[in-house]
Amino acid sequence: MAVAKALKEKVPLATAQPEVVIDPDREPIVVVDGLHIVYRVYSGGGNKGNAVSALMRIVRRQNRPQMKEVHAVKGVSFVAYRGDAIGVIGTNGSGKSTLLKAIAGLLPAAKGAVYTDGQPSLLGVNAALMRDLTGSRNIILGCLAMGLSPEETKAKYEEIVKFADLKPGFIDYPMSTYSSGMGARLRFAIAAARTHDVLLIDEALATGDAKFKRRSRAKINELRKDAGAVFLVAHNLDVIEETCNRVIWLDDGRIKMDGDPTEVLKAYTDATGK
Amino acid sequence: MSHPERLSSAGGDPAGTITEPPRSNGMGSVSLAEFAARHGLTRSAARPRLRAYVQELWQRRTFIWNFASAKTAATYSGSRLGQVWQVLTPLLNAGVYFLIFGLLLSQSKGIENYTAFLITGVFVFTFSQRSLTAGAKSVSNNLSLIRALHFPRAALPFAYVIMELQQLLISMVVLAVVVVATGEMPTWHWLLLFPALALQLLFNVGISLAIARVGAFTRDIQQLLPFITRTWLYVSGVFFLVADKVKALEERGHGWLGHILEANPGAVFIELVRDSIMHESYRATLAKAGAAQPTMLWVYAVVWALVAFVGGFWYFYRAEERYGRG
Repeated sequence: MAVAKALKEKVPLATAQPEVVIDPDREPIVVVDGLHIVYRVYSGGGNKGNAVSALMRIVRRQNRPQMKEVHAVKGVSFVAYRGDAIGVIGTNGSGKSTLLKAIAGLLPAAKGAVYTDGQPSLLGVNAALMRDLTGSRNIILGCLAMGLSPEETKAKYEEIVKFADLKPGFIDYPMSTYSSGMGARLRFAIAAARTHDVLLIDEALATGDAKFKRRSRAKINELRKDAGAVFLVAHNLDVIEETCNRVIWLDDGRIKMDGDPTEVLKAYTDATGK
Repeated sequence: MSHPERLSSAGGDPAGTITEPPRSNGMGSVSLAEFAARHGLTRSAARPRLRAYVQELWQRRTFIWNFASAKTAATYSGSRLGQVWQVLTPLLNAGVYFLIFGLLLSQSKGIENYTAFLITGVFVFTFSQRSLTAGAKSVSNNLSLIRALHFPRAALPFAYVIMELQQLLISMVVLAVVVVATGEMPTWHWLLLFPALALQLLFNVGISLAIARVGAFTRDIQQLLPFITRTWLYVSGVFFLVADKVKALEERGHGWLGHILEANPGAVFIELVRDSIMHESYRATLAKAGAAQPTMLWVYAVVWALVAFVGGFWYFYRAEERYGRG
C-alpha cells in the first residue's frame, strides 16, 4: 500500500534511463527489468519510542511514526551478458549497493524484476564469514557450503591460502582477529574458489593492498572467462577502469550512463568534479 | 505490460547518454521479461523445487557435520578446560536438579533409583530444549554467511541440531556410567535407546527448522523462548513421574489435561529412554504408582517425529528465498 504510494511519483520521461539495447549475439545472464526498490528505515529524532508510546502504537495498530520510505532504485533496466565485468559507479546513496543486493535476491523488488541464470553471490564489506572460527575452518566450511565435495575442498585449500596471502600463522586464528583487509582477502579467495554464474562484489576489494588488487583483477578476469558475469562496486575508479569492460553510472537510483568504461568514467569525473 | 521508464524520449536523450548502435532492429520492442524467459533466466534467488532442494541439502551433509564440529570446538576454545565442559555441563546440571528436587523438595517419593531417573530426564530434555534455542538463532546469527554464499539455508538449523546431537552422545556415555553405578544392569532394552533417540533427533530437527524461520524474521522470539522452554521443562516429567500427575488430575476431573501431559513430546522421549536404559526400575516405579504399562509411547514418538520433521521442513522451505534479506 505504502509502496504503491511511493511508486506513484512518476519518473519524468526526460530523466528516464537510456533505452536498453539487446545484443542478440551474446547470451544474457542477468536481466534487470524496470526495477524499483523501496525500503523502510527508521529515522531517528522525534519521540524516540519509550515503552508507553510503543505500547500505544501497538494498541492503535499504527506504524512507527519515524518510519520513512526510501526509494533507492527507481526503474533500472539493463541486460548483462556472459563474460561481462560491469563496474557500477555513483555518488554515495545513489543506489549501487541496493542494486547489487537486489540482483543477489536479498531485497524484494517493489516493482519490476531481476532475472538471472544461476544463483548470484554477493561479497559485501562485512569481511568475516564465520567470525568465531579459524581461517582454515572458514575455508573448509565455505567450500563445503558452496557445494564442493570434500576432495575438491582439499584440492582447493592450498590455492585459497596462497591467494589470500595471510600473514604466517593467521590461518589458525579466529577470523574475528583479522584486519578488515585480511578478512576481505580470505573471503574473496574462498568465494572465488568456485565458478560463479554471477559474482557481485561490493567494495569487498577496497581494503586490499596493491598486490592483492593486482591478483584479484587477474582472478576476476579468470571468472569472466568461465562465462559468468562479475559486478563491481568501487569508489576507486582506477580499479573499475582496469577491471571492467562496461560501466553503469547510477545517479539517484536511475541509470545515467551505461557503456564503455573510458567514456562513462570521463563523464562521471567531469560531472562530479574530481 | 508497458515499461514507460524504458522508452527513451524521442527527441532528447539526456546529455551524455551513450546509445550503442542497435544491432538488431525490432528486438528493442521485446519486453525484457520475455527476453529473459526465452534465454531460460529465472527470477533471482527464487526458491528451488522441493526435490532439488532436498538433493542440494543432502549434498551438503559434510558441511553440516563439519560446521557442527567446528562450532562446538569454537564454543569451548576460550575456556581452560576446553571440551571437558561437554561432560561437565550436563553433570553440573544434573547435580543442581538433584540438589533441589531430590534433596530439598524430595520429589523422589516412590521413584526407584531417583538419581538415574532424574539425570535421564535432564539429559534427554536438554537435547530438545537446546535444539530449539539454537534453532531460533541459526539463521539470524549467520547472516554474513547466508548473504555471501549460496547454499540451502536449512543446512544451518540441521547443523545446530547435529551440534546438540554430538553433545547428547557424550551425555549418553556419562548417563550409562551413572546408571550402571547406581545399580542398573545393561540389558537388551538398552538397544531401544537408538530408535528412541533417532525419533527425538527427527523431532528436534523439525522444531528447530520451524523456530529458525520464526527467529529469522521476528527477533523477539529470542526474548520469549526461555519462558517457553522453562514451562516445557516443568511439565515434561523431568523431576516427577508423569503417570502420578495424570492420576491426580483424573481424580480432580481434569482427565483431558492428563492426556495432554502424557502426549507431550518432551515427556514421551524422556520416558522412552527411561524405559530403555533403566527398564526394571522404571517399570517398578510405574507399578508402584498403580499406572498402566506404557503402550502408547512409541506411537506418540513416531507421530511427533514425523509431524514435526515434515511440518518444520516444509515451513522452513517455504521462506527459503527470504532468509538474509533486509
